[in-house]
Amino acid sequence: MLSRVAERMYWAGRYLERAENTARIVNTYANLLLDLPQETGVGWPQLLRIVNEQSQFSARYSQNTEQDILRFLLADAENPGSILSSLTFARENFRTSRDVIPMEGWERVNELYLMGRRDLPGAVGRRRRFEVLSNCVVHCQQIAGLLSGTMSHGDAYNFLRMGNYLERADMTSRVVDVGAATLAQGDAAMGPYENTLWIAVLRSLSAYQMYRQHVRRRIAASDVVSFLLADSQFPRAVAFALDALARCLRTLPQSDDAQRTLGKLQQRVAKDRHSAMDGVELHRYIDQLQIGFGELHQAIAARWFLSAKAASGQAQAST
Amino acid sequence: MEMGITFTVYSEGENIDRAWPFDIIPRVIPASEWAEIDRGLRQRLTALNMFIDDLYHEQRILADGRVPRDLIESSPDFRPECIGATPRFGVWAHICGSDLVRDGNGTVYVLEDNLRVPSGVSYMLENRSVTKRVFPELFLDQVIAPVDDYPSDLFDTLAALSPRSDVDPEVVVLTPGIYNSAYFEHAYLAQRMGAELVEGGDLLVDSDDCVYMRTVSGLKRVDTIYRRINDGFLDPEALRKDSMLGVAGLIRAWRKGNVALANAPGAGVADDKLIYTFVPEMIRYYLDQDPIIPNVPTWRCSDPEDLQHVLKNLAKLVVKPANESGGYGMLVGPHASAAEVENFAALIAANPRNYIAQPTLALSTVPTVCAGAIEPRHVDLRPFILQARDTAVTAGGLTRVALRKGSLVVNSSQGGGSKDTWIVGGGAN
Repeated sequence: MLSRVAERMYWAGRYLERAENTARIVNTYANLLLDLPQETGVGWPQLLRIVNEQSQFSARYSQNTEQDILRFLLADAENPGSILSSLTFARENFRTSRDVIPMEGWERVNELYLMGRRDLPGAVGRRRRFEVLSNCVVHCQQIAGLLSGTMSHGDAYNFLRMGNYLERADMTSRVVDVGAATLAQGDAAMGPYENTLWIAVLRSLSAYQMYRQHVRRRIAASDVVSFLLADSQFPRAVAFALDALARCLRTLPQSDDAQRTLGKLQQRVAKDRHSAMDGVELHRYIDQLQIGFGELHQAIAARWFLSAKAASGQAQAST
Repeated sequence: MEMGITFTVYSEGENIDRAWPFDIIPRVIPASEWAEIDRGLRQRLTALNMFIDDLYHEQRILADGRVPRDLIESSPDFRPECIGATPRFGVWAHICGSDLVRDGNGTVYVLEDNLRVPSGVSYMLENRSVTKRVFPELFLDQVIAPVDDYPSDLFDTLAALSPRSDVDPEVVVLTPGIYNSAYFEHAYLAQRMGAELVEGGDLLVDSDDCVYMRTVSGLKRVDTIYRRINDGFLDPEALRKDSMLGVAGLIRAWRKGNVALANAPGAGVADDKLIYTFVPEMIRYYLDQDPIIPNVPTWRCSDPEDLQHVLKNLAKLVVKPANESGGYGMLVGPHASAAEVENFAALIAANPRNYIAQPTLALSTVPTVCAGAIEPRHVDLRPFILQARDTAVTAGGLTRVALRKGSLVVNSSQGGGSKDTWIVGGGAN
């Protein structure tokens, strides 16, 4: 398959996954805030930290109000990380790869984009927020299912899935980081609500039920962290996503470099090093993981994408 | 809208994807009438291809004085770099979209032949799939000729051009990219043919003068390029130096016969609206036959007598630039203001070679849904003709409809809409 198409499929996968995860996180966060009293000091600004966009936000908005933060995260077309932007980019990448996507798949993506453009501004307010964001998640899942069921599981599909999994691993690690950061602040008022927080973390990844089946104890921070980072069966856990990525990589030509980079990441996650960490150590550990995700992306881009390859190809042609 | 069928109108500003306006009432043409048109279209494209091949080789038709030599030499679409090239089967225009109109007396004319990169066939296919969903019962009750096999015919045509006979041909669709007005169609056809959709940056010509595409497993040889970019942009080495869309060395590879281009570069010379006026002559000259479908009577502004007539009767005529497509830069005399007519007269006088004029035809109308009511609207028809070793003609084609009341301009670039076209009754052909 064409390098350019591979690149677009990969980004289509990443943006679709990002839209879904952002919708999940915002929904759960809104729910969590209803349970936490103000004196815990947890509020909407922390959400900006999870998605790593405080500076983007403060450059354009002067106040930290719920309205502004939500507009920024959901419906702000100028914010490249908003759900609306993710849907726009996902659609653009699907639109420009229409020749390799089953027609129904493209139609669903387009439908999701049109829905987002219509409904997301309405989800800034509280009344329709839950419904609109849940719809986003369901639609993204529907697209994933439709593509899995109708698209040949060849190179194009593998690039799409690699985009999905890498983005998912990254987002899950960020969500864990929220828990870590909240703990690290060590606010005494947070104590009684620690469980509520970890339940919210699990819920945002649809992981609560699976966690309960898997870990048959009271909710505990270290169990939640190791479930979300190292579980090999839960599809939104980092280890699961990396294993799936490895399977995609193995089917692709000349994947040695990327496989090596991925292998290191897998070891770092699988070794049960994180269970004994306190909040500060955990936060630092997750930072390292995210640097690893960046390196993996670089390895994939350098091997297969046109933007990275074009320069050397041109030189070859002119000799 | 959710099917995402779009066509970009360049002058519409911010929104590059405008939904495709579709009218649900199909246009019906009896199969017996169509059989005659089908024959006429085959005859026409055969003659046109013989003409192009002749122009780039012996130029017999010029030597015999049947087409004036200076007309060819002054045509910007005549490409000296194509002289002596030998595309397979002597066919240069593999995909042709001829625009047909019917006047008040029911006579069908060819209005123009699009031999460069005609678009619209995907809308023909999509329109059919919509009417099938909306009126399934009508398809059960009568014989409506199917159009769905166009992508297979197109693939067969392109595959037949492949320079390598020992391997399955690698056919690609070359698009200028996602901002082109017909990008939807490029993706659609690539998808339906199972061909790669490539941009200039995906291809390169290597030191062996063969064309390769950059894939995730390295370079892969390309046999036939269905190019949807204009001649001038194909190869920055041989043609326009500023082209970012093309592939350096492509013309060289093509001349060596290492890759097939459809349509061949230089085929546009027969798309010139002045050359059009000589098509009936070509049919007589090369095939020794009478034309089955007539041309619309046309005045050539390059001819001093015709020019006088045109300038005198400008308010009654339709005047078109000889080398534009998409309905840009034309004058519909009866619908223009006195000032517009005067401005246009100056344009013509300054560059007569660039203009032709035709009588304002009483174009046929068909029922169309307009703001809730059904009203008559003017239409034309663009069938698509494929030619390589064999020739294929679509059953019907794309009916384009002027959605503004009284308007005679149906081009999709000018805000026209489209209809499904049914060839009804009778068996095959």
